[in-house]
Amino acid sequence: MAANSELNKNNAVDVKGMIQKNKQSKSISNVIEKIIPFLLFLFAIISILTTVGIVATLLTETIEFFKRVPIGEFFTGTVLKPLSQNPEFGVLPLINGTIISSLIAMLVAGPIGIMAAIYLSEYASDKVRRVLKPMLEILAGIPTIVYGFFAFTFVTPLIRSIWPEVEATNILSPGIVMGIMIIPMIASLSEDAMNSVPNSMREGALALGATKLETTFKVVIPAALSGIIASFVLGISRAIGETMIVTIASGSSKNFTFDITESMQTMTAYIVEVSGGEAAAGSTIYYSLYAVAMTLFVFTLMMNLLARYVSRKFREEY
Amino acid sequence: MKYIDAEQVSKRMGGRIVKNNLLKALFFLATLFGLIVLVVLIYRVVADSVGWIDWDFITGRLSTSAERAGIMGAILGTVWMMAVVAPVTLLLGIGTAIYLELYAKKGKLQAIIQTNISNLAGVPSIVYGILGLTIFVRAMDMGNIILAGGLTLSLLILPIVIVAAQEAIRSVPQYLSEASYGMGATKWQTIKNIILPAALPGILTGAILALSRAIGETAPLTVIGIPALIIPFPEGIFDKFTALPMQIYYWTLDSSLVAEYASLAAATIVVLLILLFVLNSAAIFIRNKFQQRF
Repeated sequence: MAANSELNKNNAVDVKGMIQKNKQSKSISNVIEKIIPFLLFLFAIISILTTVGIVATLLTETIEFFKRVPIGEFFTGTVLKPLSQNPEFGVLPLINGTIISSLIAMLVAGPIGIMAAIYLSEYASDKVRRVLKPMLEILAGIPTIVYGFFAFTFVTPLIRSIWPEVEATNILSPGIVMGIMIIPMIASLSEDAMNSVPNSMREGALALGATKLETTFKVVIPAALSGIIASFVLGISRAIGETMIVTIASGSSKNFTFDITESMQTMTAYIVEVSGGEAAAGSTIYYSLYAVAMTLFVFTLMMNLLARYVSRKFREEY
Repeated sequence: MKYIDAEQVSKRMGGRIVKNNLLKALFFLATLFGLIVLVVLIYRVVADSVGWIDWDFITGRLSTSAERAGIMGAILGTVWMMAVVAPVTLLLGIGTAIYLELYAKKGKLQAIIQTNISNLAGVPSIVYGILGLTIFVRAMDMGNIILAGGLTLSLLILPIVIVAAQEAIRSVPQYLSEASYGMGATKWQTIKNIILPAALPGILTGAILALSRAIGETAPLTVIGIPALIIPFPEGIFDKFTALPMQIYYWTLDSSLVAEYASLAAATIVVLLILLFVLNSAAIFIRNKFQQRF
């Protein structure tokens, strides 16, 4: 009996200790439980801070620029001579270069991308698709600097051998190469849109005697149109923001021209040229960097918002 | 009675079927076009680099003389930069994803953060360069060192990593965490011991793909102002540096002055592409080997 109660006593002490320990570790883990969400929230805030940082730096320096160069002159000026004795800061040559290069890119990427999407989604067997699609996506994974090298050392000489008037640096070659870079993006986004059209609709058309081609153009594409348009808009946004290909292959002449055989500068290429050295902090050229970047940022942001709006607003639900 | 007149049918269908087949061939050619360009591109680069890639080129120092130039400095610069980018993006990316998926209440704040992330993914990389130039290089007065370049690229790929991590966390089934809660585990214990290990392969795959994007990124680095010729090897994250894509950029630009520079650029591209190939293979390997399907 005595021995037994002794044992109980020992046990009781042990249990008390265990409870004590448990409480301690619980209170530590309680603290952890409280700290962790707060810590993670701080991490999540970084992405907000990035946006705030981008907008704030662009905005403050752009305002500084517009104190020196009137805003009207900037947006309507067709002459851009930042380094001359009497510098002129008209952004239109850059906007012109950006639009023309993006247009050339979309003329390549649009038709080819959508035709590839039609093939992959409507015609290809599962086996073929599973081989072709990843291979096409390799194109999207190649760094843009490599495309720049390709445009400069291969595509430009190739174009010039056919069309000798084309200059050594021109907007045509980087436009085409940029288009090739965007093909996988348009193909895979459009294919996703077409894939989400239910099979019952295709079968309905085929049962009425339509060929696959007629089914594609009269049923599938109209049904997937919002997704296809969104992919085009995203492609344009990508082309506008693309930097290295045009910087390398289109040179840095700030021509205001519509002649695609000539060298033109895009907004992105101007940013590279100006930030790459000669602009001392505080000079007007230095601030023009931010004004151009702000214009670029607004352009791409509007395109991205437009793409989201189109794919949300006009989506057909089945 | 004959319902279907074969002759009539072929008369009416014939043209349409021919058209269908013709366009099918055209669509197939369009799909092949991208692949053909890919083959030409790789062939050109490799053909240009033949005779230039050897041990001396890979381990050598930069030089203005094309024969003696090597890219070890650029390789080390890229590696050191990734040593900054990888931990920063993993920590911030996974942290943000856990917060958004598991802690944030569905509401305005969460919606704002989510929209903001998808908007950030669409910002051109050169704009991140300007952010890096203004904040890290100038305002924090780091100068154009590896840390500044690495942090800039981290912010650039952060949205990609966050989205990948969110998808990986979302694909962990509810019953696993419910079982963990049922055993008395706390929320953080459940995340740490159950959800994260299950989501890790997906997160890593996405992170490696994002890293390979960062390795090839040139535009932000040009804006930060990485100089053309840096002879000493970088030894830490506070050193000035050059990186593989920057070296390709400068050699390509100068190839109109010195023809051999084009070959040097091509040889550097081959090294860069091999690096990217290894990384992407690793990502695919991890996905196939460790990804569990629930």
